[in-house]
Amino acid sequence: MSDAYILQQLINGLVLGSLYALIAVGFTMIYGIVRLINFAHGDILMVGAFSAFAILSVFGFPLWSAIVAVLTLGAILAMMIDLVAFRPQRAAPQVNGFITSLGVSILIQNLAILLLSGQPRPFNLPGWMRGNVHVPGVRVTVLDVTIVLITLAILIALMLFVQRTRLGAAMRATAENPLAASLMGIRINRAIATAFGVGGALAAVAGVFWAGRAGQIEPLMGFVPGLKAFVAAVIGGVGSLPGAVLGGFLLGFAEVLFVGLLPPAYGAYRDAFVFGLLILVLLVLPNGLLGRPAEERA
Amino acid sequence: MRLSRHHVAWALLALAAIALVAYAETWLSGYERTVIGFAGIYAILAVSLSFSNGLTGLFSLGHPAFMMVGGYTAAILTFPVNRKGFMLPALPEWLATLELTLLPATLAGALAAGLVAVVVGFPVLRLRGHYLAVATIGLIIVLGVVINNANDLTRGALGLNGIPRLTTLWVILGWLAVTLLVCWRLKHSSVGRSLMALRENELAAACLGVNRARSRLIAFSLSACFAGVGGALWAHLLTNLTPGSFGLALAFMLVVMVVIGGSGSLVGAILAAMAIMVLREVLRPVEQAVSAYGLVQIVTAILLIGTLLLRPQGFFGSSEPRFLRPGLPTSSLKGRETPTDGTARP
Repeated sequence: MSDAYILQQLINGLVLGSLYALIAVGFTMIYGIVRLINFAHGDILMVGAFSAFAILSVFGFPLWSAIVAVLTLGAILAMMIDLVAFRPQRAAPQVNGFITSLGVSILIQNLAILLLSGQPRPFNLPGWMRGNVHVPGVRVTVLDVTIVLITLAILIALMLFVQRTRLGAAMRATAENPLAASLMGIRINRAIATAFGVGGALAAVAGVFWAGRAGQIEPLMGFVPGLKAFVAAVIGGVGSLPGAVLGGFLLGFAEVLFVGLLPPAYGAYRDAFVFGLLILVLLVLPNGLLGRPAEERA
Repeated sequence: MRLSRHHVAWALLALAAIALVAYAETWLSGYERTVIGFAGIYAILAVSLSFSNGLTGLFSLGHPAFMMVGGYTAAILTFPVNRKGFMLPALPEWLATLELTLLPATLAGALAAGLVAVVVGFPVLRLRGHYLAVATIGLIIVLGVVINNANDLTRGALGLNGIPRLTTLWVILGWLAVTLLVCWRLKHSSVGRSLMALRENELAAACLGVNRARSRLIAFSLSACFAGVGGALWAHLLTNLTPGSFGLALAFMLVVMVVIGGSGSLVGAILAAMAIMVLREVLRPVEQAVSAYGLVQIVTAILLIGTLLLRPQGFFGSSEPRFLRPGLPTSSLKGRETPTDGTARP
């Protein structure tokens, strides 16, 4: 096992971890603010990928316009889901929101199967994205570099947004205590919609990157990345933004190293490994690495 | 014991079910009997899921995983010995020479599913409810991957074919009765009360001496046992098993049944299971005629979301239909209706 091989695996882990972090951040924001595990989050990823497919391959627009359009679409879709499905149930038990999100997820998936067919389609980013960056001994595409750089930029912008702006402060206050926040004049529903919008936008753009790496898209493609991003969020501590980023990168590295360093026969157990890891983390560190212990109020 | 109204109602229901099964076994075709059999198995699964999810307020999606455990365990036990050798070469000697009948195999499957539930539930049930859902989905994926790759033990993705068709409608009806009886008795016992207390206010229930982890573990693993039974019956009805049949789509169907019937309502779960099965059988030809694949799932998803938005407690809430519950003695009934939560017993 050469150094170059290990370096290659680390780079793969970095790219995969960036994608998990992008998705997990949305998960954790939504959980932090409304205590909802949003199952439909992964399906926004799929919608993002399919919209990018339409914009790039069908209409032939340039890549940057596709990214902007997908960010907007993801945000709008997520906020619409919140408005229609979750907002009417704010007072209901948390489990109801969770079941609703499962229903929304199945609905989106099957609408996509019905309208767009369940057959996978080839998804190709413009040729220059697939070209190699010259690094001796390892294979890195322009897409890989773009993913990592854009992810880092987005995550830094997000941290600044949440920490430094009024809306960010409103979101943190709502996450802390919705009732008190509303008494202080914070418009809770706007703060929650923002969390959904930001999360949806990030998931949608992650979908474009995911599809670019996989080279194909299909209606159920969002399910596994969505669940794994949740695992990443749990590892980092659900509700903590830096935790989701850390968890995303850790999970990306762990998964790639599991596949890359063990004999190929174990490769098929990749998904089993991730969820086995989840159960292990829940057993040892139920609050995750950076999460706060859940307080109980009478 | 004085014979009261609810005894008569139960007796009539039991007679109707027996008559239906007798009719189906005598006059209906194999396909129709299989459809009815699946409805019965779904009812078993929905009742047990309604018991564990509805009464505890937790949200497990693990039934397909427990069905895999129960189904494969039972199928390996009943598989004809003369074909075990070359189809499942990795079986240990004592298993390879063992050929059981359906009942012990089903019990073994239920036990295995319950054991898996204890192992998974022990860490996860200590946490807040949200984690359970994802951990149980994780369990579905982990088990699916393991079974897919254990070719010599389960025939992997090819599927285990040629399981003897031992499940008759009588067997399913019997197990449905057992499931309903056990869940009903537990729901209306101190165990059920502790679970519902935990659901309503965890901290308050714990202060009153309810052991949170233990009560939940009992409900979760008992429910998993019945899922194991469901898996075993499924295997011997369909005569083949593939890990692909036990995915999130199945978990979703069961959740829809539980929510529409009313989480915690056992009779509601049975009725909802029947209704959904009828809906599926009606929609399936439509789906194929206009090649609108996914139609069944879309309709059920809309039903689910609509129910949650318009009547979140489902059809029966967490109570049972009035005519099946023992009422208060008639003398004290006047001007003193039972509380609306409906779970009260005199």
